[in-house]
Amino acid sequence: MSFHSINWFRFASPASFFPVAAKLARWFAVLAVPLAAAGLWLGLVVAPTDAQQGDAYRIIFIHVPAAWMSMFIYLVMAAWCAVSLTLNARLSAMMAQALAPTGALFTVIALWTGALWGKPAWGTYWAWDARMTSELILLFLYLGYMALRHAIDDVRRADRASAVLALVGAVNVPIIYFSVQWWNTLHQGATVSLTAAPKMASIMLIALMLMTFAAWFYAIAVAMVRVRAIILERERRTSWAGTLAGAAR
Amino acid sequence: MSEAAEQPAIERSAWPGVAWAVRRDLRLALRSKAELGVQLLFYAVIVTLFPLGVGADPALLRALGPGVLWVAALLASLLSLPRLFAADFADGTLEQIALSPYPLPALISGKILAHWLTTGVPLVVLSPLLALQFGLDSSELVALAAGLLLGTPTLSLLGAIGAALTLGLRAGGALLALLILPLYVPILIFGAGTVEAMRAGLGTGGELSVLGAALLAAAIGAPLASAAAVRIALD
Repeated sequence: MSFHSINWFRFASPASFFPVAAKLARWFAVLAVPLAAAGLWLGLVVAPTDAQQGDAYRIIFIHVPAAWMSMFIYLVMAAWCAVSLTLNARLSAMMAQALAPTGALFTVIALWTGALWGKPAWGTYWAWDARMTSELILLFLYLGYMALRHAIDDVRRADRASAVLALVGAVNVPIIYFSVQWWNTLHQGATVSLTAAPKMASIMLIALMLMTFAAWFYAIAVAMVRVRAIILERERRTSWAGTLAGAAR
Repeated sequence: MSEAAEQPAIERSAWPGVAWAVRRDLRLALRSKAELGVQLLFYAVIVTLFPLGVGADPALLRALGPGVLWVAALLASLLSLPRLFAADFADGTLEQIALSPYPLPALISGKILAHWLTTGVPLVVLSPLLALQFGLDSSELVALAAGLLLGTPTLSLLGAIGAALTLGLRAGGALLALLILPLYVPILIFGAGTVEAMRAGLGTGGELSVLGAALLAAAIGAPLASAAAVRIALD
């Protein structure tokens, strides 16, 4: 079947996307597990100990992918929100809703591992470093998005209101990032910079890439599982969902 | 869609809509002056609490002053935001406003301008007096007031989006704080940075330019986003 012969808009219907999401969730989970295992093995066992930081540096194999995913997922979420507002597509709003908790989770992991790494490396759990501060604000943006969704009972209004918020947030994320960076350099100058760190050994880079793809595929798999739950919850009064529930019973 | 086609093509420009909304909201605000006074008092009380909390060391207060005044301004702005749409939403006026032939973003711009004139401007006027209590010198007072003058309208503009999104929701006030305060961060940084730059002898041109740019960007984008949010709330 060639690319053009598939009617892609067919999958914009929650009913026809529901089984596809199950397949996607399974395949991305199957991919994520060996990638994570290989990445962790390379990163924690094979990669050499860092001359300056000792073994504490190994937390970057969790920290950096989590930080990347936290920002990337916000952008993807905002993109789905834009689609849901412009095309008024229900499934796009559901995708955005399904991504938010995973994005918030990666933000928490990035902050948490950053704090754990900061204690041996900088001697403090928390410094008002530009990256950390903007990551914390990103977490507030995720939580605000989820809180707004929860506060609105009408799901269609919740879809559209939270989409507006996510888009306003997406415009603000770079502004917040650069203003925080500016604020930090004015106050104390760059104390620690990741870009000035010694060049990474290639084995570390490979491990980091494996972990990044593992985190990415995990995020897709979890989002697909969650979007299935959201579809079922929202479409529970439709006949296809009823048939599905009847077959399962 | 045939109804839309039958409507006579009334070409309404945006400016009379802005002017109408400013006049109406100013008149309404000036009829409840006590409410405006309370907002200003809130600002003064918050600022007064800080020396009581951190101690009266003049050097410390002088260092904290700009940040304290700006954070208090953010909170005062946040407190006044529900007034922007909530009363009109509750009695159905907002629905009529949305139905009027003037463009909704223009009417909302007018409402935001009136909101700033009644809550932002008094705050800017009062701030040098409060800053004196923190030992800021005269050039720093000017820098602070200039920063607030350029920054507070942006707070009203960004806040309007949050106020419209949380219309009629449970726990609206706390939710509004969670939605809007992260978006206020750049304004806080550059606003308080204005005074810091003055102290460092760098001049305030850079910070004030950024605040001005943020104001222009928000003045264009925020009414559109607020109008979209108001329409969502009215559905």
